[in-house]
Amino acid sequence: MTTANLSQAFMILLRRDLTLAYRRRSEMINPLLFFVLVTALFPLGIGADPTLLREVGPGIIWVAALLAALLSLDTIFRSDFDDGSLEQLLLSPHPLSILMIAKVFAHWLITGLPLLVVAPLLGVLLDLPGAAIRTLLITLALGTPVLSLIGTIGVALTVGLRKGGMILSLLVLPLYIPVLIFAANAVATSGAGLPVEAHLSLLTALLVLAVSLSPAATAAALRISLS
Amino acid sequence: MLKFFHRMASPKYFYQFTGKLIPWLGIACLGFMLAGLYDGLLVAPTDYQQGDSYRIMFVHVPAAWMSLFIYMVMATAGAIGLIWHIKLAEVMAISSAHVGASFTFLALVTGSIWGKPMWGAWWVWDARLTSELILLFLYLGVIALYNAVEDKRTAARATSILALVGVVNIPIIHYSVEWWNTLHQGPTVTKFDAPSIDLKMLIPLLLMAVAFKLFYAVVVLMRARCEILQRERNSGWVKELVRASS
Repeated sequence: MTTANLSQAFMILLRRDLTLAYRRRSEMINPLLFFVLVTALFPLGIGADPTLLREVGPGIIWVAALLAALLSLDTIFRSDFDDGSLEQLLLSPHPLSILMIAKVFAHWLITGLPLLVVAPLLGVLLDLPGAAIRTLLITLALGTPVLSLIGTIGVALTVGLRKGGMILSLLVLPLYIPVLIFAANAVATSGAGLPVEAHLSLLTALLVLAVSLSPAATAAALRISLS
Repeated sequence: MLKFFHRMASPKYFYQFTGKLIPWLGIACLGFMLAGLYDGLLVAPTDYQQGDSYRIMFVHVPAAWMSLFIYMVMATAGAIGLIWHIKLAEVMAISSAHVGASFTFLALVTGSIWGKPMWGAWWVWDARLTSELILLFLYLGVIALYNAVEDKRTAARATSILALVGVVNIPIIHYSVEWWNTLHQGPTVTKFDAPSIDLKMLIPLLLMAVAFKLFYAVVVLMRARCEILQRERNSGWVKELVRASS
């Protein structure tokens, strides 16, 4: 029997997860619909005054993106846990943290990337200026991977629980706050015509930190949850 | 010394030793607290700006200190439990969570009561208030996760991981909130910490801080003893204990 080396294993896992998602395309749409719906609720709730919307728009879109990311987190390990393939992953000779990066990356391609496609539309709905929409896209590109990476730790801790959903949000949302602050601020700042390099650098720093630390935490959490 | 720690790691010895230790800690705690309260409420001078309402500081500030201190203790104990598989460290970590959450809540409530006469509002989105609130959520997350996992051994290990993740995040959250605050509203809220606090006010503050530390030690040891009894209920020495007391 031949064994795959690490980079092969990484690619195999990535391709497998993407294929699985492709076979169930309709499920991919749900977080997107949620994202659009939540954003659409705000003008109905607070009134459609364009100046007000332009002011609170960045925050609304980012909070909605955060909730959409949270909602889609559960799917990352759910089916793998149910059919036992997650335990097979744990038994593989490759470092679990690297395999976790593959899983999170696939999950982000499925659930995070589509948010970027819809976001400009929402920006237009909330009357954001063009520069702000451009910054919105950059912050989403930098921020949503962080949400996926941090969130996966929470999912790994709660994967064996029957009612993990509520607890997951309690665990993960406080950790999302820095991303929300920097990203929403960056969008608002660029809407006001000011430079946003500092915000983007900090977001990138968060991303680097999350990529380097969270897979190890996820791997440790999974080993405990499945022990 | 090493031998002492080695013996302390055995639940039975820990139970017996802390049983003797707790009354002494309790007496010391009571002494410091009475001295601190007397000094703070009666001896310390009235503040020229804030009047007598500043005296809530003698509860508020130590509680806020404890809220962070206990999180660090919890994470350290959790790390020790994860690395060396010491059951007792896991017990200490999870016993600390409830006490820490209570202190955080106390700090928030007393801060709010203090804020009403000072700022004219029960709550302002000040950086420190906000990060304290987030700290409370972190504590509640740890407690919720512990309660949700049925096997307590697994639960303790899972919460240890969560506490460690939280420790990495606390400085990030703190500074991001501080930055957010300065971006949004600027330093409209006057900071409380005067750099030169009067010695007459500092002494009761430190007395109260020591009292709070001792109080934490008493409560966490009591909780840990309960937790140990529950976990070791099938072991010989606990059965012996039950038989002797009934």
